[in-house]
Amino acid sequence: MALSSYVLLVILGSGLVTWLSRVVPFILLKQFKLPKIIVNFLGFVPICIMTALWMESLFIQHLGQFPSLNVPNALASIPTLISAMISKNLLVIVIVGVISLAVVNLLI
Amino acid sequence: MTSDLDTRSALQETLPTVFGYIGIALAFGITAKANGLSVLEILLMSLITYAGSAEFVIVSLIALHAGVGSIVLSVFLVNARMILMSTVVAPYLSHESMAKNIWAGTLLTDETFALSMNKLNYTGRKLNFRWLDTANLFAYLVWAFASAVGGMLGNLINNPEKYGFSFALVAMFIGLLYLQMISDRTIKLLVQVLVILFVVVLMYLGMRWLPQNGLLLVVTLLGCAFGVVLKHGIK
Repeated sequence: MALSSYVLLVILGSGLVTWLSRVVPFILLKQFKLPKIIVNFLGFVPICIMTALWMESLFIQHLGQFPSLNVPNALASIPTLISAMISKNLLVIVIVGVISLAVVNLLI
Repeated sequence: MTSDLDTRSALQETLPTVFGYIGIALAFGITAKANGLSVLEILLMSLITYAGSAEFVIVSLIALHAGVGSIVLSVFLVNARMILMSTVVAPYLSHESMAKNIWAGTLLTDETFALSMNKLNYTGRKLNFRWLDTANLFAYLVWAFASAVGGMLGNLINNPEKYGFSFALVAMFIGLLYLQMISDRTIKLLVQVLVILFVVVLMYLGMRWLPQNGLLLVVTLLGCAFGVVLKHGIK
């Protein structure tokens, strides 16, 4: 099995910056408490990030122009969202999502 | 989700995530193999870099023979959102030891972050090391194993997209977003809906000017700021 030094350097370098992004806040916040306004601010991170990640998959970027709709993902999102409302169960939602996209890909 | 913070509930609650991971990691392994990486390189990338979507970016840049420095910078930009997520989770573990904090941070991902945010709504806003570590480890091992298997399957399967697995994590984000909205009592539902709409509009408009990875971070920060203003405005 091949392991080139170029790929190894990329893996280690990217690993290091990713690790620091993940760990530094844990080290700092073990020692300091955040002020209330920042805590309020960070309280919105979950819904903002999850919405933004969803939108990333819903739109196709063309820099300089407005994005176009990723039609298969948009169509698959509808039954997924409905299954979320009905089941409130993550496993069900994920399975419905995967089947929805597979069906959409078959039909389009 | 339950209010228990033990190993068993962590395994049960991480299962949907893991199911999503298998699909995406297989797709990653297949893509990486198709772009000339060996199974060993694929496994090491998933074990050491462990960066989900950023690993796809790395593979596409390696295929272009991009410089190490520019790849590392791209990965940092794609993963800068981890800084925010770790900052949100860290205060819930500050009662644990420093070593445990560092270890929990080391394996935190979008998915285990989203799961823990949801979990908070069921535990009276508490988290512990054992629950998060179990969720993290489960996700980590499955990701590494499945990406190596993807690499071994390699050229046997082309176009892994068409099986719908790529949608598993999107479905998870949709599900967690909905569950978060209906169960988070710390923020009014109206405020949450307005913030979500704000983020949708900004993501759409912003894609015209900013590359997606930078945009995600900028929009998240603006969305949070908008949320704070609304929270104070709407009593």
